[in-house]
Amino acid sequence: MSHRLINWFKLSSPYSFYPLAGRMIPWFWALTAVFGVIGLYVGFFVAPTDATQGDSYRIIFIHVPASWLSMFIYIIMAFWAGMGMAFNTRLSSMWALSLAPTGALMAFLSLWTGALWGKPTWGTWWVWDARLTSELILLFLYLGFMALHAAIDEPRRADRAAAVLALVGVVNVPIIYFSVKWWNTLHQGSSVSLTKAPSMAQTMLWGMLLMALCFWMYSIAAALKRLRAIILEREAHTDWVLRLPEATA
Amino acid sequence: MSAVRPPIAAAAQPRAGVHPMKALMAVLRRDLLLAMRRKAEVLTALFFFLIVSSLFPLGIGPEPALLRKIGPGVLWVGALLATMLGLQRMFYSDHLDGTLEQMVLSSAPLPLLVTGKVIAHWLVSGLPVVVLAPVLGLQFDLDAGALWILTLGLLIGTPVLSLIGAVGAALTLGVRGGGALLSLLVLPLYIPTLIFGAGAVQAHLSGQGAAGHLSLLGALLALALFFVPWATTAALRISLE
Repeated sequence: MSHRLINWFKLSSPYSFYPLAGRMIPWFWALTAVFGVIGLYVGFFVAPTDATQGDSYRIIFIHVPASWLSMFIYIIMAFWAGMGMAFNTRLSSMWALSLAPTGALMAFLSLWTGALWGKPTWGTWWVWDARLTSELILLFLYLGFMALHAAIDEPRRADRAAAVLALVGVVNVPIIYFSVKWWNTLHQGSSVSLTKAPSMAQTMLWGMLLMALCFWMYSIAAALKRLRAIILEREAHTDWVLRLPEATA
Repeated sequence: MSAVRPPIAAAAQPRAGVHPMKALMAVLRRDLLLAMRRKAEVLTALFFFLIVSSLFPLGIGPEPALLRKIGPGVLWVGALLATMLGLQRMFYSDHLDGTLEQMVLSSAPLPLLVTGKVIAHWLVSGLPVVVLAPVLGLQFDLDAGALWILTLGLLIGTPVLSLIGAVGAALTLGVRGGGALLSLLVLPLYIPTLIFGAGAVQAHLSGQGAAGHLSLLGALLALALFFVPWATTAALRISLE
């Protein structure tokens, strides 16, 4: 036992993580605001109007970050769910649970903005494109995770059952993506091409990256906030929660 | 629920030295016996498949070209829903009367016992669908080659459906609103099987040849066969604690 090493495991207990999370939340909100303001400024005022799509393309600054995060959050959620199952750590499962609604929100936003973008550019709200379809299935997987967790009363059992589902889902996500992709190429010719990356202006890319950072920080802040609520709910019987100022008030 | 439930055969609780495969066979034989004593449930799923796939031409119209195009997809979706019908029963009554706990406690490996139950589920709800599908395919004006591919695809694909469904059935065991929840969990995971299964017939009809799709279905089956017994075992242990 070396004293020079930081004891990372200390933070895996809700008791020591709760106050730290409380201190971190304002910082992440601040970062969200900073990146969001700069990103939106770049997106709306600096980035040039697209030659073919006009100004309607600007929804990309919401759409692409939301899609990235919806996929990324699912992997992180499954990771924490798996950790919670493997090491039986309470905080890991709480992390997984607190990430799920944010991930579902991102998947929904991605579909919604995709539809809004599709109408002016392709002339239709929805096409059975591989990415759209797998995003829809990802939303179903999030909903399944939350529904299963909500259906089981005992929290620890719900954690583990939902973890099995999240891990099964993570194995399936690439299979689903490729199956839908191949299905799509078989059924319809590429009447609609979503790949426009090569012709993208540098400022567009910057705006997108800044907005992605903004969404990322928002997700962390929202998940931390939810995590603190879950900790309070589950640890309500402990002395340290009862001694908290927010509990006594 | 009036059928007499036979006690789990002695081989499922083997003394040291009994071959685990015997335990699997015992579970399989018992589940088949139970299903044979309640034929109505088996037949219901089969009639469901029959009726659902007959409804589509009535709703869409009798043009042969159109029917030929939608036929494979309709039959696959029908097979998928018929498989779903029986899923909840896979562990339900064993959970109610405590048989499942005995299985968990038995010295035979639980993944093998689970495999036995999945095979029984497939024999009861998957295999009849495979046998019935070519007859229903005639309703959709599919030619002999397409019927053959459809049947072959279902033969490889329906075990995947039973396997994936077993995870869902184990996860929703003893959960409020289990039936609706089960479909929410399982149906998204069925999508690759549906795509490759129905795609095999489409590929054959468009002259591309179905070998690629059938190989992918086989790969799905191999993957599911390897992972599902363990995932289901984990889910069962969680449900029973």
